[in-house]
Amino acid sequence: MSTPDPLAENRHRRRLVVTGMSTLTALVLLFGYHTSTDSTASAGTVAVGAAVAGTSSGSTGSTGSTTGTTATGDAADTRWGPVQVKITHSGSTITAVDVVEYPTGNPRDQEINAQAIPELVSETLSAQSADVDMVSGATVTSRGYLQSLQSALDQAGL
Amino acid sequence: MITAPAVAPAPVRRVEHVMGFPVSLAVRGRHADDTAGRRAWQDVMDSLARAEAVFSTYRADSWISRLDRGEVDLVDCPPEVAEVLALGDAAADASGGAFSVYRPRGGGGLGLDPSGVVKGWALERAAEALRALPETDFCLSGGGDLLCRTLDPAAAPWRIGIEDPHHPDRLLARVPVATGAVATSGTAHRGAHLVDARTGAAPAAVAQVTVVAPTLTWADIDATAAYALGPEAATWLSTRPGTTGLVVWADGTTTPVPHETRSRR
Repeated sequence: MSTPDPLAENRHRRRLVVTGMSTLTALVLLFGYHTSTDSTASAGTVAVGAAVAGTSSGSTGSTGSTTGTTATGDAADTRWGPVQVKITHSGSTITAVDVVEYPTGNPRDQEINAQAIPELVSETLSAQSADVDMVSGATVTSRGYLQSLQSALDQAGL
Repeated sequence: MITAPAVAPAPVRRVEHVMGFPVSLAVRGRHADDTAGRRAWQDVMDSLARAEAVFSTYRADSWISRLDRGEVDLVDCPPEVAEVLALGDAAADASGGAFSVYRPRGGGGLGLDPSGVVKGWALERAAEALRALPETDFCLSGGGDLLCRTLDPAAAPWRIGIEDPHHPDRLLARVPVATGAVATSGTAHRGAHLVDARTGAAPAAVAQVTVVAPTLTWADIDATAAYALGPEAATWLSTRPGTTGLVVWADGTTTPVPHETRSRR
């Protein structure tokens, strides 16, 4: 069920140049990709945040094309697909972090996750006439909050 | 079984501030206003406070600031630091480099600023406390980025308004979301704080990008990346799986994604 999308194969290798950092371990990451059939996740089993550091069972070896030694963590089989990370280090300095494999979803996920398209309206919102539950807007800060639509909504409900 | 078309009671609402933005919760159902529900809300705020302590670039003592100064190694940091950096890497790749968690530093080299990844990710993680509440639906917003969960098949979807960047007292669009996330990037409230990492310049053509996606982690990343791509925002967004959205251009015109006039065969 977690077969990576072959079209995304070229995305599986990505490079992150990390300057000034060092580590000697590989990291296996898990990150969430919920689907709209998410009700089974209500038991709090989602793996977000459950990264595992210091995986020692991954492979370690030198590669010819890059400087330094690489260490590849075991692929973690998450419910969204496998996730695997490789680091390259020279001595105690990390020179690169590659996400070797990460979940990209599949056509069935995309179908399930089909979302509504925003419908254009033009209306002034007030606390008295709120016909929305929440407002999405460009980063609302605490300083700007008092003037925001969201503030009106919160006050209307309190 | 016949379900009466009863008028649903208004959701319980809570709001607190953390990480420099307001966090708003609308919650309905079994645990909307009981001890478990209130504890979950406290857990949400605690989770966000922990994220701030780890990732704030405004705090000299955060892990991300210490990592940026080279005082600690990645392996010393809590594991979510590597998780967030890998997300930033994936986002940079997906956007052809327009999105980056690295910024050129004044004195040379690259500085670390994962803010564009952290917010959505942190809210997604914090919402776990709410997801654990049975028979309870919620919509959790942090500074205009939000995620919704609806378990009740008879419940109406959450009604999400999209702010008009040129008239922040007005709504530009509405979108119903039962379960999913909505993130908006733009400059309405904070000035030009987003740049195209490829050029270092603020995007000119686009005023605001809203993304509707399965997770807030990726809705936030995609909104930021699309905004950074400027004139290519709508075209790029239409390539993102499971995603819809709305691009507002600097001249006030809009492009829904996928485009409403797109023909279907």
